[in-house]
Amino acid sequence: MRDINQADSKFAANGDSLNGGSPEKRREVPPDLFIKCPKCREMLLSRDLTLKVCPRCGHHFRLTAKERISSVLDDPDRFIELDTDIKSSDPLQFVSKSQAYSAKLADIEKSTDLTDTIVTGMGHIEGIPVSLAVMDFRFIGGSMGAATGERITRTFERGIQHQCGAVIFTASGGARMQENLFSLFQMAKTTAALTKLSAAKQPFICVLTDPTTGGVTASFAALGDIILAEPGALVGFAGPLVIEQALHQKLPPDTDTSEFALAHGMIDAVVDRRSLRPTLGRILRLYGG
Amino acid sequence: MTYDLDFERPLAELEKRIQSLRSKRPEKINTSEIASLEQELSERTAEIYSGLTPWQRVLVARHKNRPYTADYIRFLFNDFFEMRGDRAFGDDHAILTGIASFNGQTVVIIGNQKGRDIKEKQECNFGLAHPEGYRKAQRVMQHAEKFGFPVITFVDTAGAFPGLESEERGISEAIADNLLLMAVLRTPIVSIVIGEGGSGGALGIGVADRTLMMENSVYTVAAPEAAASILWKDSSFAHQAAEAMKITADDLYHLKLIDGIVPEPIGGAHKDPRTAANYVGEALKEEMRYVQAISLDMLLEQRYQKLRSIGAPDSLAALKR
Repeated sequence: MRDINQADSKFAANGDSLNGGSPEKRREVPPDLFIKCPKCREMLLSRDLTLKVCPRCGHHFRLTAKERISSVLDDPDRFIELDTDIKSSDPLQFVSKSQAYSAKLADIEKSTDLTDTIVTGMGHIEGIPVSLAVMDFRFIGGSMGAATGERITRTFERGIQHQCGAVIFTASGGARMQENLFSLFQMAKTTAALTKLSAAKQPFICVLTDPTTGGVTASFAALGDIILAEPGALVGFAGPLVIEQALHQKLPPDTDTSEFALAHGMIDAVVDRRSLRPTLGRILRLYGG
Repeated sequence: MTYDLDFERPLAELEKRIQSLRSKRPEKINTSEIASLEQELSERTAEIYSGLTPWQRVLVARHKNRPYTADYIRFLFNDFFEMRGDRAFGDDHAILTGIASFNGQTVVIIGNQKGRDIKEKQECNFGLAHPEGYRKAQRVMQHAEKFGFPVITFVDTAGAFPGLESEERGISEAIADNLLLMAVLRTPIVSIVIGEGGSGGALGIGVADRTLMMENSVYTVAAPEAAASILWKDSSFAHQAAEAMKITADDLYHLKLIDGIVPEPIGGAHKDPRTAANYVGEALKEEMRYVQAISLDMLLEQRYQKLRSIGAPDSLAALKR
């Protein structure tokens, strides 16, 4: 087995997307040399980070879908990405203020390597084939549009087709407002699709990453046969900001974190990113993967 | 005053004139003038209500006198027996459940309940349900399946309760569990949005074989105010958000996301709750006939295919044609 730390050292020098410093600053200091941990405020040498985890306090920086796939699959180069033709068709022809949603989609597609909130396909974790889906918060806040729901549905269907488990990494602010009910009803569609995977006796393992809230939490993400979460991730339905705004209620500091979810019986384990791949492998093997 | 919404101001003025004419001494009352003003009032009401904007429908859907689940139960069902509690934590008044007789057959009823006066509103938490509300609904759905009772759900909530206790007791899991159960529940489910269909909190009792909406109800993934504050950076753009999000029964019917629209009496359901209930009752009878004419296996297959096709490339392409 590959040394996971070493194998993913490529993430270590990727501070650019994390701190997004101004172009002027970048000229002075190479953008990927230093990175400030938002939790312990320590200035860190990017190359000291493993899988974008702060070596000092263990803070987990957000990963892009691509980085996640690299971190979790045996051989990321052999990941077969699917469903890339399923994109939002802007079913409501939504325009807010002066911006058309379709233009926003085109912009994001150009500025990221993504065609929707979620990257889906087939790969192997510790030698076990899985139907994989990874959400990326950069794509309209990881929101679940019709295309997202369709890709998740197909992820479950591929689990049935290939007789393997489905593994989904969530990162989502919830629903896609620009698709209103097409978005909301994906909650029902994805859970309905999950009933078919369950009927085929294939496991669904859900890994909640920072942040996972709203309609994603209140649908398939709450229904994993096994639910894991990364340390310190924001995990909840409304999220502390919304609650504090709506009710003017001051919340305990750990409200809606992975640890909060674990303490209240909502998930099975909080797993450090650096041991996530072997943990997933161990679980999948127990289902005969 | 019965006309109290902003866009009803011309109607309120007419009504005021009629009332002042009526309050004159009996010998001075001009009945023909009153009759003609009443005629005008009813025509203007019909005219205004036939062209409501989406945001105006939001205001009607939220009207304080709009009939709630408990009202429809009173008007349409016999021998209602309320089933209370989730058998684990508590009894959430924001979701009303029970068994009753409808059109000669026993059905299970599940509905959001907002509460009419201040005391009842507080008891019902303004219709914002906690996890135990959804788990009570889950319990009665399983009950319906066990006895082969059809399920009728009345959707009318701004959403699930966003609070610490909700999170602690697993609001996400409670809603998600209901979505899962309703996808495969082996008994017919008919759902009607009677006021506000708000987000996951509404869908948590709203997955069905047939989904109806009342003429002035709305169905949203997020309240127009919330959408406006995020997408327009200003919640005062709520009427633009309501327009753009396609939240009305008419829009959603044309997008094939709901199965039917139930008309309301002129001036909205709150003007004449009994007539509104009659329309709802007729529509429910028809839907009951429809879902019970099909074998259960076929009904479940249809339900799955309907859910599976929402937002799928083929069905979106068909909409554009």
